[in-house]
Amino acid sequence: MIPVAFDYVRPTSVDEAVAALVAGGEDAKVLAGGQSLMPVLRLRMAAPSVVVDCSRIDEIRGIREEGDAIVIGAGTTHHAVMSSALVQQHLSLLAKATASVADPQIRHRGTLGGALAHADPAGDQPAAAAALDASFTIAGPGGRRTVGASDFFVDYFTTAVGPDEVLVDVRLPKRTGWGAHYEKFNRTAQAWAIVGVAATVRMDGGRIAEARIGLTNVAPTPVRARSVEAALVGAGDAAAIAAAAQSAADGTSPTSDQHADAEYRQHLARVLTARAVQKAAGL
Amino acid sequence: MTEVLDTGTALGRPIRRKEDAKLLHGRTNWTDNIQLPGTLHMAILRSPVAHGRITKLDVSGALSRPNVVAAYGAKELGDLNGSIPCVWPVTDDIFMPGFPALAVDKVRHVGDCVAVVLATDAKHAVDALEAIEVEYDTLPAVVDMEAAIAAGSPLVHDDGSNTCYVYNLGGGYEEAAAQADVVVKRRFINQRLIPAFMEPRAVVAAPMGMSDEITLWSATQIPHVLRVLLALVTGIPENNLRVVAPDVGGGFGGKLQCYREEILVTQLARKLGRPVKWTETRSEDMVATHHGRDQIQDIEIAAKSDGTFLGLKVTLLANMGAYLQIITPGVPLLGMFMYPGIYKMDKYSFTCTGVFTNTTPTDAYRGAGRPEATYAIERIVDELAAELGMDPMELRRKNWIAHEEFPYTTVAGLTYDTGNYEAATARALELFGYDELRAEQAQRRASGDPVQLGIGISTFTEMCGLAPSRTLGALKYVAGGWEHCTVRLLPTGKVEVVTGTSPHGQGHETAWSQIASSILGVPVEDIEVIHSDTGRAPYGMDTYGSRSLAVGGQAIKLASERLVEKARIIAAHQLECSADDLEFVEGTFRVKGDAEKAQPLGAVAFAAFTAHNLPDGVEPTLQAEATVDPEDFSYPHGTHLAAMEVDTETGKVRLRTYVAVDDVGVQVNPMIVEGQVHGGLAQGIAQALYEGAFYDEDGNPQNASLADYLIPSAADLPSFVTDRTVTPSTTHPLGTKGVGEAGAIASTPAIINGIVDALRPLGITDINMPAAPMTVWRAIQAAKAGGAA
Repeated sequence: MIPVAFDYVRPTSVDEAVAALVAGGEDAKVLAGGQSLMPVLRLRMAAPSVVVDCSRIDEIRGIREEGDAIVIGAGTTHHAVMSSALVQQHLSLLAKATASVADPQIRHRGTLGGALAHADPAGDQPAAAAALDASFTIAGPGGRRTVGASDFFVDYFTTAVGPDEVLVDVRLPKRTGWGAHYEKFNRTAQAWAIVGVAATVRMDGGRIAEARIGLTNVAPTPVRARSVEAALVGAGDAAAIAAAAQSAADGTSPTSDQHADAEYRQHLARVLTARAVQKAAGL
Repeated sequence: MTEVLDTGTALGRPIRRKEDAKLLHGRTNWTDNIQLPGTLHMAILRSPVAHGRITKLDVSGALSRPNVVAAYGAKELGDLNGSIPCVWPVTDDIFMPGFPALAVDKVRHVGDCVAVVLATDAKHAVDALEAIEVEYDTLPAVVDMEAAIAAGSPLVHDDGSNTCYVYNLGGGYEEAAAQADVVVKRRFINQRLIPAFMEPRAVVAAPMGMSDEITLWSATQIPHVLRVLLALVTGIPENNLRVVAPDVGGGFGGKLQCYREEILVTQLARKLGRPVKWTETRSEDMVATHHGRDQIQDIEIAAKSDGTFLGLKVTLLANMGAYLQIITPGVPLLGMFMYPGIYKMDKYSFTCTGVFTNTTPTDAYRGAGRPEATYAIERIVDELAAELGMDPMELRRKNWIAHEEFPYTTVAGLTYDTGNYEAATARALELFGYDELRAEQAQRRASGDPVQLGIGISTFTEMCGLAPSRTLGALKYVAGGWEHCTVRLLPTGKVEVVTGTSPHGQGHETAWSQIASSILGVPVEDIEVIHSDTGRAPYGMDTYGSRSLAVGGQAIKLASERLVEKARIIAAHQLECSADDLEFVEGTFRVKGDAEKAQPLGAVAFAAFTAHNLPDGVEPTLQAEATVDPEDFSYPHGTHLAAMEVDTETGKVRLRTYVAVDDVGVQVNPMIVEGQVHGGLAQGIAQALYEGAFYDEDGNPQNASLADYLIPSAADLPSFVTDRTVTPSTTHPLGTKGVGEAGAIASTPAIINGIVDALRPLGITDINMPAAPMTVWRAIQAAKAGGAA
């Protein structure tokens, strides 16, 4: 369909973008890669007064190393993220979760920051970002602030990014040498995850020394399976992993839809967590 | 093994399609690409409720919106509203309700057309829909078919019944059941599907200058039939109507229709004297393009303890949707003949009840009735095998028609001309590794592997080549099933093949060239196939039901042969010999026994053009035509095998191996056949695993977008293993049978049989389609809890 008419601005700096959002008021919308916003506009599910296209802001693109962390500009495309040597070396989980997003065309236009700020509960990268203890730099009229993953994701399609703010970058502590796997359960290759499990583990002597697990689409926001993480420490075989995974659905509050009801999603969370951790651990 | 028949210079060669370079380079002419000066763009206000009285409709607000030229509800449209035709009144007492293009007083499904706006550009037309004031008094929706025909149900059409018709065929099943050792009954749900062709529907109509002609361009499969129907509905003289199907991006039966939007665009172009254009959105397509399937199938088979089939009983509820479209009532009856499949039995009782509901109308969708029938018979045969403790392939072998028994008249009354089920099955088993997979299955069962393996079988046949006109008449279909071809040899030696078929992805331009080339001896690249335009190709019955090659191919053959015969007379005159002394080899007439005396066809064509020296009584120009009514249907068959892995922990199934050995008779172009088989398989597998259009109890579509209505891509399907056996049809002069629907017909039961086979040790005897992970997991949970699945 054809979107409702809107004004369009294309800033070249974060400050200009914030100014445009302030000027646009509550009905302003940020366009990053457009892969979520454009369908919403075309279906007339949103009618913004102004669309602020952030795709030409150089300062929010790119991937850099800063000490113990990797910093990824919000406007970096999925393709750039998954094919980055830095990401592959230090954040294997993010590379794998990103590689499962949609299809190559979408991954060449869609951005990491766009996907995180859109905060679709079925999106693949929020769970990975949660598992990787990401922190987020947000720019607004009052300057820049930093928010941790647990505060960033607020509700369905809602983050800490305000209507007059722009997500600038995502900072992720390096998990160099950690095993990682993103277990995505969907009906067709291009469909959204019914449930997804982002797991990354540090191995020591054939046993799990540390684990980080984020779950996709089992709650309004990505869920950290902290009780599973704790129970996994010391696990050295599939049976121990499966036992630890039994608590994966604790604290989840899944929705029911045509593909899966809440009970089934919780069952999947347990089964898939065990599988994801096994693959991440190589056990 | 595949037998390669050498039947001519170009026939049977896997040459690349002429169409593909154009498609790949974007040099196509879709209807939406047509931009005529002064065009008005139409936008449609559609009903958001499944069933309701329109208590208020005021379109005047739209008229004050920018760029808007006109707006209409049913009242403003008046006599131009028309009624959408149904050409298949299957019984004498069928209830055929009116079907206005714009709803009058009542809306009957989500997506029903309520009002239209015409503006000088599409975006303002869409915007102005918001200015239309409309109110509905919502009525209880009729969604469930059994509830619809129960006493006291709300009525979809106030002036009739929710029962559209009841059709009976055969009888005597009860006698068979009385003699049977075993009777197996099942209820199968053949769910509703959406055609989901790649190019959405699009229509442009324009009055053409000083003439009285209206030209309609439409993304349709049936320009010829549409022209007749539009003339009847609109009152525009047929001679003043030209219908063109430009390049059309898929149809699958969904563009075998005379749609509301086609009538509206035509009428409004005439009324306003300007071109009018409408292109649907995908959102509209999902609710307003006709849907397919949607039957509840109660099926019962009676057999002896040794497995011999005695009889079959089929009782259908077939969902018509809210209205009857072009052949809505007839689709289940195309399946009626196919329930006995490839099997011998003595008794067959069939009853079908057509039911109105507050849902999008149904109609033909790839296979149209035959996939539903094939699903039911191939599923019940597996269930009977389980009941008897027999290998399902052994049970099939015991009951199928042996190759030496053809021609064979089935219990449903069809006469299958040829077939060799033994050969196709032997080849499929060899490619599949049946015995090895059975051994792996036993091993997985014994070890309690969380991933269980199942083998799905489908030994199918179907009927192609709609259709002998007399047969259609006997079934109360109001048109014939013939096809036409004109072949013209131009003065420069190039050839025009004018066909009445109307391709929308099938590759007719290539395949028809190959047929003509094999007879005329003219290179394929010198042949132009003209189609899909009633101005250039005036006669035809279009493309659907795997008829184009089976029927249209015969016309090309006959017209080409007639052209050669006329040319032979002229050549004999030129060479000063008797026509009988000439042989025609590779495009040249030669005097037998005198290698020096020869005349190429091109030279004959030029002589026919100049007409300076033609034999007495021979008319100038070199062209011939043929209109062929087929002797009978054709009956492709095949054996399909699927290896299904079922993850019992999650319910997710994986199609590991798929083998399809088809017998489509003589292959004009094996590469095109291969493409048709692959596409058909994807669609049939999609019904089994992915697709299904569902409504809630209020008649709201639950998954009317491509985000929720799941269509598989190449990433979701394995590399298919395919082969062909070749048993030429004896009722079709080229020996061809048709291949457009075989894959879609055969594959659905193979997949579900494989899943059920994997889970049968748990006591599971059926899985509803689509076999989504949660559906399979729930069935496993129920079986483990001791309940029936």
